[in-house]
Amino acid sequence: MNTTTRAFTALLAVLALAFAVAACGSSSSSGSDTTTGTSSTDTGAPTPAADTTMIKKDPANAGKTLTIGSKNFAEQFILGEIYSQALEAAGFTVKKQLDLGSEQIALKALKAGNVDAYPEYTGTALTSFYRVKTQDVPADPAQSFDLLKSDAAKDNITAMPQTPFQDTFVVTSTQATAKKYGNPTTISELAAKAGSKTTLSGFPECRQRTDCLLGLNSKYNWKPKFVSSQGKYADLEAKQAEFTMGFGTDGEQLLKKYVHYADDKKLFPPYYVSLLTRNDAVPKLGAGGQKVIQDVQKPLTEKVMAELNSRVSIDKKKPEDVAADYLKAAHFIK
Amino acid sequence: MSLPCPDVAGRHSGFVDAFDLIFHHRESISGGVCVGGPGEIGHLALLHLEVSLVAVVIAVLIAVPVGLWLGHIRKGEFLAVSVSNVGRAVPSLALLAFFVAFLGVGFTNVTLVLTLLAIPPILTNTYVGTRQVEAETVAAARGVGLTEAQIVGQVELPLALPTIFAGIRTSAVAVVATATIAPLANVQSLGTPILEPQTYGDAGQLAAAIVVALITLAVDAGLGMAQRAVTPRGLKVGTHAPERRRRFSLGTPAKTETT
Amino acid sequence: MNAVVLAQLGNDFFQKRTGAGCVQSQGFCPSWIADHINEYWGPLGEHVFLTLVSLAIGFGIAFTLAILAHKRRWLTGPITAVTGALYTIPSVAAFFLLLPITGRGNLTAIVALTTYTLLILFRNITTGLRNVPVDAVDAARGMGLTDNQILRQVELPLALPEILAGVRIAFTTTVGLATLAFFAGGGGLGEQIYSEKAGTGGIFFKSNVVVAGGLAILLAAVGDLIILAGQRIALPWRRVGNA
Repeated sequence: MNTTTRAFTALLAVLALAFAVAACGSSSSSGSDTTTGTSSTDTGAPTPAADTTMIKKDPANAGKTLTIGSKNFAEQFILGEIYSQALEAAGFTVKKQLDLGSEQIALKALKAGNVDAYPEYTGTALTSFYRVKTQDVPADPAQSFDLLKSDAAKDNITAMPQTPFQDTFVVTSTQATAKKYGNPTTISELAAKAGSKTTLSGFPECRQRTDCLLGLNSKYNWKPKFVSSQGKYADLEAKQAEFTMGFGTDGEQLLKKYVHYADDKKLFPPYYVSLLTRNDAVPKLGAGGQKVIQDVQKPLTEKVMAELNSRVSIDKKKPEDVAADYLKAAHFIK
Repeated sequence: MSLPCPDVAGRHSGFVDAFDLIFHHRESISGGVCVGGPGEIGHLALLHLEVSLVAVVIAVLIAVPVGLWLGHIRKGEFLAVSVSNVGRAVPSLALLAFFVAFLGVGFTNVTLVLTLLAIPPILTNTYVGTRQVEAETVAAARGVGLTEAQIVGQVELPLALPTIFAGIRTSAVAVVATATIAPLANVQSLGTPILEPQTYGDAGQLAAAIVVALITLAVDAGLGMAQRAVTPRGLKVGTHAPERRRRFSLGTPAKTETT
Repeated sequence: MNAVVLAQLGNDFFQKRTGAGCVQSQGFCPSWIADHINEYWGPLGEHVFLTLVSLAIGFGIAFTLAILAHKRRWLTGPITAVTGALYTIPSVAAFFLLLPITGRGNLTAIVALTTYTLLILFRNITTGLRNVPVDAVDAARGMGLTDNQILRQVELPLALPEILAGVRIAFTTTVGLATLAFFAGGGGLGEQIYSEKAGTGGIFFKSNVVVAGGLAILLAAVGDLIILAGQRIALPWRRVGNA
């Protein structure tokens, strides 16, 4: 962002904050303004000027083709679509390959040139590609990203700046279970109250990972009975397990019927998203393209990503539509 | 934290890596636990065989009596052949996921799914094999004074055994292959290395595929030997067999092999 | 909540959900199915394509091998062993093994599906040919027909029931296995069943699993009946008798 835009945004942030604080006392049935282009926690604060956020079609990008890939689950589809549609708006011709499979397959596709870029999680990349043991992944997000950046560089891959949100593990249960164990708020409390007489469901691999069950065993001294399953929240509903390993940006995390527990001992490593781009595709992307990528992921906080995931997993919408709606709501495209 | 197993990251690749995983334990890719080695792989193979065996046995206990009965009364072709055939198209992963809601995860769910998968070939082959027994033979047995049950047990069953076994073989192969999805319902099997890529890596997938293939071949060969052992001597080579089969006009015996 | 983000997106961006109701609680919802049934026809079409192409190629290969083995009997053992060995490779693993060679997409799926049909078709074609009564062949030879003429005019027609039986089994088996084509990047009903990309909720949404799985079963049933009907028409003397 250039300094003018930065200053403008900062000013808007301050204004918005001021109005929000002022509006707090009054009855805040927010969302009454539904005319397009009006953001409203407040009464009549100006929209971030649309022309500063709108993605401009750059004639220099015409004729350049980029292939964006993604792995095959909801959040990845959405991210792939967001990046693809944003780059299209900037004038690139974008091909999508949003079904790459596991991270090993995705990496092979990236290196082989089948895709130019795909979004990967920092924790996953470090443990799966660059032989960093999960207990050695730096807990600090910036440090782990820097480590990824330097490792990927040796692989001729550029790791784009990471997203504001991370999608790491989160221990979840229903309200009823929380009440049963005295409403703990952290995993430490949970371990103390529930102990080993409870059950935890998780994807099969959780059983043998130090950032999952093994870590819960050693770091929190919590040894629940493990149920290997792909069900997640379905397991909670079907009473297969009292707790499940959910993910931070799952749509279900926004539902009031589920409770999650804070990782107070910082067991789970960072899982921010970085668009891994092959070095020889970076010039094609250009500085403009890179800016588009960074701009378009800036509003993606955990809550926003969870909302987008909800639209796919819970409302059953198509990821491409959800991405388009997001880009429109954030004034990136019309 | 030091583990009693080596960290072999990057040392081997491809098939060599897969065999190394089968014979030597090693540290998992994401670290912190020892995996692989004949102890674990053998244990997983045993669990795999256990759930497969139970499923096939239950399928036999259900499908053979039904097939024998329908074949004996010469009715029910639609059920035994068509319905059965269509049962082969049911996607097992989806079935497993669907059943989780009603049966929960665990051995019962997995066994149910595998049993449902195993029934069609056995049912069809039992029906066809029984139906193929010549009417004259059955009439003669009746004339000699055998009861219906005795006819089924002493005349039709032995003659149908080769075909029945062929069906059991097909089922067993399908079940062993499908038991790889068991870990999704809390049952460990040789699917575990396939479903845990950050623990076992590419080597794990390859190793599991190799061991499953070997087990399938062994099961198939074993059942083949059992089939030859129970085939009445007069039917073994089958020079007269063509005559038998020609006379029986079922329309479409959906059987597999008889030799 | 990040104020800048909130300003940019608007407060009504976040929808209120309770997780109640049929669709949100991942249940079996007839009204949702009625509204969205049209989304399944495309994948169904892809599924039919994958199945028929694999079956056709598999039949071509198996038929050629079977004729070869019919003329040189000693080939039967080795061919059965090879096709049998291919059959034992668990399907998901087969896709992973092929991926580096044939890449992601329908090609990998078709190659894997074709190999699975080979054993069934080869076995049934050879058995069918072998079960042709010796008298019929002798009679034809006595009439002066060449080996190839005998094959085309006598043996193959008489082997047809057994061959078609194999085609029926191969067809339904392939329909079931083609749901896994999704994992190799191919299309078909597998994508509907397992992935949320189609916007139908993936494997956790019971309505979706029932519809997509149900369509696969329906496809198998219809195809099975078509082959059966075709056989009844082509071979009228084979109608079910009482004997």
